Amino acid sequence: MKKIEAIIKPFKLDDVKEALSSRDIQGMTISEVKGFGRQKGHTELYRGAEYTVDFLPKVKVEVLVDDDQAADAAEAIIDAAKTGRIGDGKLFISTIDEVVRIRTGENGASAV
Amino acid sequence: MFRLHFVSLGLVAGALVATAGQAFAAEEGVSAEMFTTNNLWMMIAAAFVFIMHLGFATLESGLTRAKNTTNILFKNTFVVCAGILTYAFVGFNLMYPGDFNGIIGFAGFGTFPAEADITSAYNDGYTYWTDFLFQAMFAATAATIVSGAVAERIKLGSFMVFAAIFVALVYPVLGSWKWGGGWLDGLGFYDFAGSTLVHSVGGWGALAGALLLGPRLGKYTRDGRINAIPGSNMPMATIGVFLLWLGWFGFNGGSVLNADPAAVSLTLVTTCLAASAGALAAMFTSWGISKKPDLSMALNGVLAGLVGITAGADQMAMWSSVAIGAIAGVLVVYSVIFFDRVHIDDPVGAISVHLVCGIWGTLAVGLFGAKAGLTQLGYQATGVLAYGGATFISALAIFAVVRATMGLRVSPEEEMEGLDISEHGMPAYADFQTVSTLGGHALARVSESREPAGAYAAELHLKEAR
Repeated sequence: MKKIEAIIKPFKLDDVKEALSSRDIQGMTISEVKGFGRQKGHTELYRGAEYTVDFLPKVKVEVLVDDDQAADAAEAIIDAAKTGRIGDGKLFISTIDEVVRIRTGENGASAV
Repeated sequence: MFRLHFVSLGLVAGALVATAGQAFAAEEGVSAEMFTTNNLWMMIAAAFVFIMHLGFATLESGLTRAKNTTNILFKNTFVVCAGILTYAFVGFNLMYPGDFNGIIGFAGFGTFPAEADITSAYNDGYTYWTDFLFQAMFAATAATIVSGAVAERIKLGSFMVFAAIFVALVYPVLGSWKWGGGWLDGLGFYDFAGSTLVHSVGGWGALAGALLLGPRLGKYTRDGRINAIPGSNMPMATIGVFLLWLGWFGFNGGSVLNADPAAVSLTLVTTCLAASAGALAAMFTSWGISKKPDLSMALNGVLAGLVGITAGADQMAMWSSVAIGAIAGVLVVYSVIFFDRVHIDDPVGAISVHLVCGIWGTLAVGLFGAKAGLTQLGYQATGVLAYGGATFISALAIFAVVRATMGLRVSPEEEMEGLDISEHGMPAYADFQTVSTLGGHALARVSESREPAGAYAAELHLKEAR
């Protein structure tokens, strides 16, 4: 199994969810994160004092897929999350050793 | 719907006046109906001034960090309650000692009115009890101004000791100089509702505290940078300011000391005009300086206008009120920036709003309105200097003694963790993480440097020496 982690712009979450759904990938975990790559932060102002906020809000999407689904799922996420502007994010694919469904104790592919 | 309530209220009031009036009429002077009306207005005004404590509580918690909210609220709760109790015990009779030498006098512990004191024989406008309560609310307001400037780093116990002494002794003795019939009153100094007696007194206390405490960790770095520590809740801050404005209806309206339609209606109008002008002036001033409009400056501008008009709200024409408010609004913006430049950390702008604009409002009585003139300006300046010197020295002395005995400031670890946990063991927002990751780089720089700047260095060395 492969885990796909994608860090995307927050407003793209719904598009990504739809895209995965249409490829029959139903489960996912998301977290609200902050980060930056090449996208610059912005300057904020408070009572005459300026400060830069380097870290920008992003959303991390994690999905588990079978090995043969991975490329397809990744392409779906990328197409849905892309805006063409700096800050679109990154996608990581890693191999998962084991997955277990907590309720039933199943493991392997039936647990995904 | 509202009109129906009003009509029924009027009918009930009328019936009450007719039956109860007999018991409270004096032989000469004001009629029973007028006395009841006056007293009723004064009691309502006392309730309005009480609302200001809700305003202070919400404003201060909005402009400070969430990890310190429980602490701010606790201090605000303490001050108003300690204020009312100490005023009953000593304050009222220190502030109004009757016949005295003009500097300090005391009419005895506790509040024990004579029988006639609950009739219009005491005063055309109010009974002894109404007088006490209305003034007690003012006393508590002066003390609570300090809590904003010392927020986020003062030890709770130290603050409570300072505030109790300040409201019990300093405020009333100084207040007796003018409202108690003391030497400044004899001179001709004029402070209608307390730009000096309440706001600048609180402001001087705030300045003394901020100076002796030192700035919050990470606020200023040794290379001279001023770091922003943004407030946690702008809606609360806004609610607070509008509650304070509402409270001012009683603060100024009640300072007429009766329900005279002409005086009270004029006062409410000048008050609201000044508040509005202050807000707009602050908005556009901060917009011009910072290129973006700052909400917290706009809110400070409302308060600046209110504080500015407070010394002469019953003396001013419409245009004067607008001018006084507008100038206060400009002053407060520059003042906030100034205090940051000289590294005096004031999380909510209390010094800028109450001290600076309190002084402005006091002087404005000599520049605008019915009393304007060089002589009056002289009296006003005398009052400003007298109150300034006396309050600042008293406050410094109290803070210094507290610092030497109890310590004034929490430890750096406690400050980083947040006073809610370190002082109270109780987060204000238990479901949320309230320690911010913003500004982390500024704090890292501070903890790396071995010699923190300013008064805080003295505090640390004092601790290490023990």
